[in-house]
Amino acid sequence: MSTLDTQTAAHVEDHAHDDHHEHHDNFWTKYIFSTDHKMIGKQFLVTGIFWAIIGGALSMIFRLQLGFPDMDLEWIRPILGNWITPQGKLDPEFYLALVTMHGTIMVFFVLTAGLSGTFSNYLIPLQIGARDMASGFMNMLSYWFFFLSGVVMLVSLFIETGPASAGWWNYPPLSALPQAVSGSGAGMTMWLVAMALFIVSSLLGSINYITTVINLRTAGMTLARLPLTIWSFFLTAIIGVLSFPVLLAAALLLIFDRGFGTAFYLSEIYIGGEALPQVGGSPILYQHLFWFLGHPEVYIVLLPALGITSEVISTNSRKPIFGYRAMIGSMLGITILSFVVWAHHMFVSGMNPFLGTIFTLLTLIIAVPSAVKVFNYLATLWRGNIVFTPATLFSIGLVSLFISGGLTGIFLGNSAIDIQLHDTYFVVAHFHLVMGSASFFGLMAGVYHWFPKMFGRMMDSRLGYVHFWLTFIGVYMVFFPMHYIGIAGFPRHYYSFTNFQAFSGFSDLNAFVSAAAIFTFVAQLIFLFNFFYSMYKGRRAPQNPWNSNTLEWTTPIEPGHGNWPGAIPAVYRWPYDYSKPNADKDGFEDFIPQTVPLSETPNSNLPFEKEQMEEVKQK
Amino acid sequence: MQNLVILVGALFVLVAIVLVHRIFVLVGVVKGTDKKRITPANKWNAALMVVFLLVTLSISGYYSYVHFDEYTIPIASEHGALTDNLFWITMGVTGVVFIITQVLLFGFSFKYQHNEKKPAFYYPDNGKLEALWTIVPAIVLAALIISGLSTWHKVTGPAPENAEVIEILGYQFAWKVRYPGADGQLGKHDYRLIDADNMFGMDFSDKTAFDDFIPRELHIPVNRPVEFKIRARDVIHSVFIPQFRLKMDAVPGMPTRFHFTATKTTEEMRRELNDPKFNYELACNQICGRGHFAMKMNVVVDSEEDYEKWKAEQKSWLSKNPEYLSRIPEELKELALVKTGMDTEAEANENSL
Ligand code: HEM
Ligand SMILES: [Cu+2]
Ligand SMILES: [Cu+2]
Repeated sequence: MSTLDTQTAAHVEDHAHDDHHEHHDNFWTKYIFSTDHKMIGKQFLVTGIFWAIIGGALSMIFRLQLGFPDMDLEWIRPILGNWITPQGKLDPEFYLALVTMHGTIMVFFVLTAGLSGTFSNYLIPLQIGARDMASGFMNMLSYWFFFLSGVVMLVSLFIETGPASAGWWNYPPLSALPQAVSGSGAGMTMWLVAMALFIVSSLLGSINYITTVINLRTAGMTLARLPLTIWSFFLTAIIGVLSFPVLLAAALLLIFDRGFGTAFYLSEIYIGGEALPQVGGSPILYQHLFWFLGHPEVYIVLLPALGITSEVISTNSRKPIFGYRAMIGSMLGITILSFVVWAHHMFVSGMNPFLGTIFTLLTLIIAVPSAVKVFNYLATLWRGNIVFTPATLFSIGLVSLFISGGLTGIFLGNSAIDIQLHDTYFVVAHFHLVMGSASFFGLMAGVYHWFPKMFGRMMDSRLGYVHFWLTFIGVYMVFFPMHYIGIAGFPRHYYSFTNFQAFSGFSDLNAFVSAAAIFTFVAQLIFLFNFFYSMYKGRRAPQNPWNSNTLEWTTPIEPGHGNWPGAIPAVYRWPYDYSKPNADKDGFEDFIPQTVPLSETPNSNLPFEKEQMEEVKQK
Repeated sequence: MQNLVILVGALFVLVAIVLVHRIFVLVGVVKGTDKKRITPANKWNAALMVVFLLVTLSISGYYSYVHFDEYTIPIASEHGALTDNLFWITMGVTGVVFIITQVLLFGFSFKYQHNEKKPAFYYPDNGKLEALWTIVPAIVLAALIISGLSTWHKVTGPAPENAEVIEILGYQFAWKVRYPGADGQLGKHDYRLIDADNMFGMDFSDKTAFDDFIPRELHIPVNRPVEFKIRARDVIHSVFIPQFRLKMDAVPGMPTRFHFTATKTTEEMRRELNDPKFNYELACNQICGRGHFAMKMNVVVDSEEDYEKWKAEQKSWLSKNPEYLSRIPEELKELALVKTGMDTEAEANENSL
């Protein structure tokens, strides 16, 4: 084998020894302080699901307010207490707290930790052929920092002055001054602490993912043979490592401004009847720092979903992913470009218009790799032999949502058009489709696809179909109408629209959106039932339920510590040999796993593979 | 009571899910499909793809057409025509791409549903195709960028010399506007001078502040360039007047600006919309706290004559708050009385005595 270098070969040997260790797990080491990447992945998943329920429930409350402003909300008083006014209405300040926490929870806890945390952890060692992560201990720490961060964030929901309420971006001075909004008191402190812990968690995780992918690939697993899932997790981790520290810096400076009288972000402020001493700071500085993470963050959320989708679509259309290299190239392009577009969130922030010019240019360039990805998905489906598993459905749904939401990005990226659209419901529609829904669909696709590996049992696919269709119809009903409301100029973060003539219309559409949101939320119960029921009572999974090529399906149905009981298999080909011509003559069905040597498939080898064999022989 | 209803509802949904699940399982076992990889559901899902496409395309198409006048709001500024134009060009381009890609996505999903007899086509790559769909979007986007940026330059360039300068101040939770008065210059301000009356923190050691006036409503002339100088006092706010396609953050410690030319008076707009109660409104577009959703100021677009007339009627702020005269340095007091028109008032008073 030309690609089997001695180092990795040695490494395979090395690990083979590990198995002779006996693992005596007790409850604590198995389920709580586990260093096994599979358990940690599941911990991230279950915690992510928990947060998704919380984040979703928060949005239900503010959607009630938006859709049915006259409704008597007395009945949620048992939960919300004094945040329901004596008139039975939602407190306007708490409305802001709700949207802030909804955004924070969904972006960071559900779609970053719940998605990337789950699948990077779970799949990287299994798909590259490693026993575990490079550092199991750091991996465990990563989860527990995340858990701690969650505890702090959760507690902040219940404190008297309320949680942070300056929007998920928490721009100062609003977030810096408790006089400005009560959530900027203890709630904001806790938000900052929680985010700092979250960043630590994310960095510990990302460093581990990167190291593992670079160092622990099994024999023959060259970069050009990595499944696209791994590529996406790898690049996501790189983005995280480079951008999260900047958020930490932004948060630290904000902590100083809040507690120690510095003036990084504050200048010439008169509030609550007094002039504050700070001068010379710049609120815009925070925005630059925040979006330097904030924009890459949206790709941290999306790339893993795209990776999962590539894998699922290829497997279930029984075709190689079209343009494997172009897919990697476009992800690389997105990774690099995602660092140079941040200020498109700030076209009307008052920054120099010349910057607007530059960032329009760079922003619209990022649409090119995104477009390439879409076309490649379409080409993969073309002349496929598509098996609609629930995962396939969610992946196709992702592509549809990615198209719908990506195209509106082209409006927003154009600074001149963004003047009108900035911070209206058009933006809300854009990012909920392209980021929120698309990534959520990626998460779902991943869960349905790898559930058999995770729990050794199958989820009920028919419930999966019902879940998909209700959710798919639901998210379009929720987010598509927001485009109209946004074009009509409705600003986001409004507690009610009755004060303005200009925003007095569309109450019917707003009610429709709210009803659709409740419908979609309730539909998720189907998933919850399916998930937890199947975990214990589902049909036993076969070894390779989707006839997939990747390595994880060569492990035992319920892999133990170390993943493979014997030696780690070596890899001889890329993961996308589906429906290869003449495979039947070699005795294969429509898939040839990565572990099958080229020598066993003389009939189906492609010319370049034959050359590879020649080379090996000559050596 | 309501809680009970919700509880019962939730229970009902749960029971329904469990029941449906049981039925699915039993039917699966009876038909023997529970262990098969390809079940009849494959056909159903494929068919639903097409149904979904057609239904959603028709509903959204119908809504977009029928409600067009509701969600598109009239344009009342010069640059608004340009940016809206760009918006609709982009809508055209992306609309075509949207339909093509969605049709292909759901169409392929249906057409290439699993079929025992038709194996998938092993087709890993095609350099030419990929080059094509990299370059074509790049060209289209380049065109959009170029037209966008030229508009952006026009909108954000320096205001014309003759622009009418008006200062807008955002604070929790309202707007204030200040006009430069007869001398055409806004007086200096300092945030440390702000108090309950002097909301702008006007500095009366600067003589250009004497004739500045602070009306209740924002008036602007039609067809004449106007430049907003925008400030915030406490947290970030954002000036947004939808019909003008105008938006700019108001940032504490960092003045911002936006210039534009209104093209329709309030009266004209009322006639156009057939709504005698129509008013332009200035809204806040940046989350700023409890009252964010209620930060409104009425905006009146006057004809040239009306505007001049209105302006002439406005009294300087100082003349309405004479107690601030004491803040004026001795040597400027005389000038202040002249500039604010208080000297003639004083004379008149004396004469009448
Ligand atoms: C086709 C490429 C895209 C372009 C040109 C684009 C452009 C933009 C622009 C200019 C904004 C700022 C709008 C405003 O606030 O006025 C924006 C907002 C946003 N975009 Fe995109 N976008 C694209 C794709 C994506 C993707 C793929 C994601 C996520 C996966 C995403 C997530 C977001 C989010 C979360 C926001 C809103 C943040 C906030 O204001 O709270 N976008 N996009
Ligand atoms: Cu962005
Ligand atoms: Cu506001």
